[in-house]
Amino acid sequence: MPEIRNYTLNFGPQHPSAHGVLRLVLELDGETIVRSDPHIGLLHRGTEKLVEYKPYNQSIGYMDRLDYVSMMSNEHAYVMAIEKMLALEVPERAQYIRVMFDEITRVLNHLMWLGAHALDIGAMTVFLYAFREREDLMDCYEAVSGARMHATYYRPGGVYRDLPDTMAKHAKSKWNSGKKLDELNETREGSLLDFIDAFTQRFPGYIDEYETLLTDNRIWKQRTVDIGIVSPERALQLGFTGPMLRGSGIEWDLRKKQPYEVYDKLDFDIPVGVTGDCYDRYLVRVAEMRESNKIIKQCVDWLQVNPGAVISDDHKITPPKREDAKSNMEALIHHFKLYTEGYTVPESEVYAAVEHPKGEFGIYMVSDGANKPYRMKVRAPGFAHLASLDEMVKGHMIADVVSIIGTQDIVFGEVDR
Amino acid sequence: MKQSVLDLQKRVNQVLGDDIVSSTIILDELTIELSPSKALAAFNLLKDELGFEQLMDLCGVDYLDYGLANWETMTAVNSGFSRGVFDFAEDNDDEYLDMKRRFAVVYHLLSIQHNLRIRVKVFPETTQMPIVDSVIDVWNCANWFEREAFDLFGILFKNHPDLRRLLTDYGFIGHPLRKDFPLTGHVEVRYDAEKKRVIYEPVTIENRINVPRVIRK
Repeated sequence: MPEIRNYTLNFGPQHPSAHGVLRLVLELDGETIVRSDPHIGLLHRGTEKLVEYKPYNQSIGYMDRLDYVSMMSNEHAYVMAIEKMLALEVPERAQYIRVMFDEITRVLNHLMWLGAHALDIGAMTVFLYAFREREDLMDCYEAVSGARMHATYYRPGGVYRDLPDTMAKHAKSKWNSGKKLDELNETREGSLLDFIDAFTQRFPGYIDEYETLLTDNRIWKQRTVDIGIVSPERALQLGFTGPMLRGSGIEWDLRKKQPYEVYDKLDFDIPVGVTGDCYDRYLVRVAEMRESNKIIKQCVDWLQVNPGAVISDDHKITPPKREDAKSNMEALIHHFKLYTEGYTVPESEVYAAVEHPKGEFGIYMVSDGANKPYRMKVRAPGFAHLASLDEMVKGHMIADVVSIIGTQDIVFGEVDR
Repeated sequence: MKQSVLDLQKRVNQVLGDDIVSSTIILDELTIELSPSKALAAFNLLKDELGFEQLMDLCGVDYLDYGLANWETMTAVNSGFSRGVFDFAEDNDDEYLDMKRRFAVVYHLLSIQHNLRIRVKVFPETTQMPIVDSVIDVWNCANWFEREAFDLFGILFKNHPDLRRLLTDYGFIGHPLRKDFPLTGHVEVRYDAEKKRVIYEPVTIENRINVPRVIRK
């Protein structure tokens, strides 16, 4: 009788359910996983090195490209680190705008995750539904920054500009005309805030639709319940944060525990799981979308009645008004200095963390007093989560690897940096 | 200064005592420095006695060019202010190799029960072969963070079970986040039609600095 040996399988880096460029070397005993060794770095672009060679403001765009499905949250941690070192005040309206877009980003991220995770496990429809809503939210990104994804909207001292009074409308075309066009443009007649307000009205109904498709679905439950269980103790040991930690039953959310911007003035809850399996993490993320929707609504209500400045008027750090630069000498000098040399940051070091859709996203920045960071380290939540993959998949079947990669919400932009 | 941070500093001083080399509070964040020989024991105390149950981040820092600017405006020479923009990476000679306290390993710890953070710095004893104790047994998530610090800075971790490169290419030479490693790197890759495979060549692009590094007081 021939000897039975373990089988080594190469998974990825080009595999639809590898969520990017993950290469896994799996050691199998039959169909059971004995060991998995993730090979990462295929998307390593050296962001941390590049940042050391550029003035502070020129690196905001790199942050978008870290976790490229939750762009503005990355920017947020970066500008927060600079603001802390400069002791820069952010106007309240800008804080509300940031919180609103952080939550829009969270919904964007969770929709992407939900669609892709469901598609991996075999449910096609959710993906199409999720992308329908993502389209609306990306229009919000476009309305404020001109870009649908890589916005570069947050700046040290506030945000780039105030929310627009008009919303771009769908144009008449062969496919969209008459009554259908009117329906598409119905919520786009007013300002951006009106559009977001209308979105928050209908979004809970959409979440119900996803839940109808998945929550009690027998196949969905068979693929996720009791898969990849992580105990609370292990979750802490493995450096889990965000929904991964909350799925294991630990109530920890930076927005509540170490509030930044205006989160302490807003009303929302932290959903927590019980068993720490893939299904619980799914429920946590879906509940988080509902909470985010609540926060967005509160921000819209506040922003509609409280106009004001959206960026600090310290023109050593923020650009002066364009009209001023044409008549005022000082404004012209500020403009010139800011766009050539940038600003210098006092010698210090800081760690700024935000509750990113995936967990704790932190920026550790060291400044030696120059106009460029001396060292910047990105603490990416996905990095710690992926490092635990070996432990999470051990003893599971090969098909469960896909569920577990999905539940970790891995995006390679931030893991590889 | 926040009271909670001051209290933490007091408490850390009590528990770790003489093991602390220095303890400072910058921008409401407590930073302590530990000597590499005593760090591991102190980390165990930090976790068990002080409740820092999570290691949030671990990274290396290279202090080789700290406080150096490309453009000095304070001292004028005969030809005026020096606008010469050079890259330190090409300029460093051997005396830097003996620089004391060049590398640091920085740990960011989080206590969920007390809602506190602390930053710990450990400076390895030598620059030629920087080595510190691995903290995998204290916090399991240190595994990949230490591999990353080894890959990018060449810092070695004693008793690490699997100290392989993590982020760089298979067969990569050098430690890219060291300050004496040029931004352009040393090799570039392209597909060679004759050999019908991807080949490695020395870089052809020149390192260019668009905005000089300036330090203003």
